[in-house]
Amino acid sequence: MLRIALLMLFRDRAKYVMLVVGLTFCALLMTQQASVFCGLMLWTTATVRNIDAKVWVFDAKVEQVNEVIPLREIEVTRVRSVPGVEWAVPLYLGIEQARLGDGSFQNVQLTGLDTATFVGRPMEILKGRIEDLRLPDAVIIDQVGVEKFRKKGIKIDIGTSFEINDKRAEVVAICHENRSFLAQPYVFTTYDRALQFAKPQRKMLSCVLAEPKPGVSPRELAASISAIPGLRAFARDDLFWTTIRWYIKNTGIPISFGTVVIMGMIVGIAIAEQTFYLFILDNLRYLAALKAMGARMPILTAMVFLQSFSVGFVGFGIGAGLTTLFGLKVLKLETPPFFMPWQVPVAGAVIIMLICCFSAFIGLRQIAKLEPAVVFK
Amino acid sequence: MSLPLPEPFRAEVAVRVEKVVKTFPNGDTPTHALQEASFEARCGELTMIVGPSGCGKTTLLSVICGTLAIDSGSIEVFGQDIGCMSDAEVTAFRSRNVGFIFQQFNLIPTLTLVENASIPLILQGCSTREAEQKAAAVLTELGLGNRIRSFPRQLSGGQQQRVAIARALVHDPKLIICDEPTASLDAKTGHHALELLKQSACRPDRCVIVVTHDSRIFSFADWIAEMEDGRVVKSCPAAEYHHA
Repeated sequence: MLRIALLMLFRDRAKYVMLVVGLTFCALLMTQQASVFCGLMLWTTATVRNIDAKVWVFDAKVEQVNEVIPLREIEVTRVRSVPGVEWAVPLYLGIEQARLGDGSFQNVQLTGLDTATFVGRPMEILKGRIEDLRLPDAVIIDQVGVEKFRKKGIKIDIGTSFEINDKRAEVVAICHENRSFLAQPYVFTTYDRALQFAKPQRKMLSCVLAEPKPGVSPRELAASISAIPGLRAFARDDLFWTTIRWYIKNTGIPISFGTVVIMGMIVGIAIAEQTFYLFILDNLRYLAALKAMGARMPILTAMVFLQSFSVGFVGFGIGAGLTTLFGLKVLKLETPPFFMPWQVPVAGAVIIMLICCFSAFIGLRQIAKLEPAVVFK
Repeated sequence: MSLPLPEPFRAEVAVRVEKVVKTFPNGDTPTHALQEASFEARCGELTMIVGPSGCGKTTLLSVICGTLAIDSGSIEVFGQDIGCMSDAEVTAFRSRNVGFIFQQFNLIPTLTLVENASIPLILQGCSTREAEQKAAAVLTELGLGNRIRSFPRQLSGGQQQRVAIARALVHDPKLIICDEPTASLDAKTGHHALELLKQSACRPDRCVIVVTHDSRIFSFADWIAEMEDGRVVKSCPAAEYHHA
């Protein structure tokens, strides 16, 4: 009878297509928007992911990585004095203004690396050498910067110079970095030179990067450092999740994306529900005839659930497939943000199947109420 | 001294309905569809239940095949008391022993003729292949061998009725139930359908019950039971009924 159920469904093309389209649209909206949301959240953590350090030390009031409250230089030494610290280096993080050759401006995320060790260096050098960062005025710019300058008609290559806060900077390498939330280009230089580029303040140190000694976990070390008055340390993973939680809690991003996801669900439920209900109503006479001929309720239940789930499976498959195609396209362009962790398709599939269950349940209520004797009416 | 004439031979009773009452609660004025209705149908005969609209023919048919529960009385079908069976038992009994021909045929429009006709066998657990082979054979016997992959919408009313007959016969049931088999057909096609039903369905071990108010097909009956106001008021051989 299950084969009969599938034939009844597949051969009623108009309703089948309508059901599949409804669920496809629902799955597409949910998975695509959820993936864009996850991508956007990932962008907020770009600095944590770009800089390879196990423990990050900030001012005690800092709540996430994109928030900088400058520290005194002495804090590096205080961190180094904590038992369990293998080494600790300063890091400068700041948004500075770069002036281009044609006089236009571009904000850049300036990162000053420890001059001796280059801890926090770019993940991947596409062109040039990291060692050249020790040359006068040297900076490394990421591919986002190259792209942004290209759009403004300026070709960036090794040897190109521009100004950061009226001080000359010369590109010695081009790197690839994770795109930041504000999509500002990352510009790397040495810590000392970053302090020269940046506008002077009483305190200039953004944070301290630390490495735990063997046998000490980053979380343990972060706890030890946080015991120092005025400092707050995070293990890298904790900083990642703290940043994401901060954006979820303090911005309207989850609400706007959540609204679209919920709308997708509602549209899916409305279309699938109504069409499947009509499908059941149209077939009620035949289902009653089957009941009269000896089809028991468990068989009819299995038939209806199979019809519903097969539509859900196909609809979700196409929807998730379209989201994947979208993802493949945008991952090449690196915008808009897109990240589809396994939880997104799994949750999407579960929601689609719940919609299908609900639709089947509504249809089954009609069938359960059906007296087989109605076939004689 | 003359010997009394022997009564004409009649086969065993297939369906026995005794003093069956069925009332539909209908607000303040309940409908008494069956009022102590009693009725018998025998194997090898085509029994027609006739009467005006609303007299309880269809209700009687529904209780005989167990699709409607009765309030009181008893119904025996091939010696089994339908009234004492659970829902599941009645459903299983129906699946094995009853073939249905509905007024509107109720052929599933999205299934081919052979798929439609094979349903009773599939419900009994036959494999699809075996069920379709048997269904194709029955459809061929009924003159639809070249249309088995067609859909019901591609057929005339008479042809659809033949498919319904094939579906009713395919699992070799002991009892065939027909509800107004000619209601959706013109006179000529209805006549043909009854001819076909009589030829293909009537067998010594099988009982055929037809509900109709179409007097043009009374001539196909072996036995006629007339109903009025929820009771069987007359039950006699068809010849006597015509004569009367």
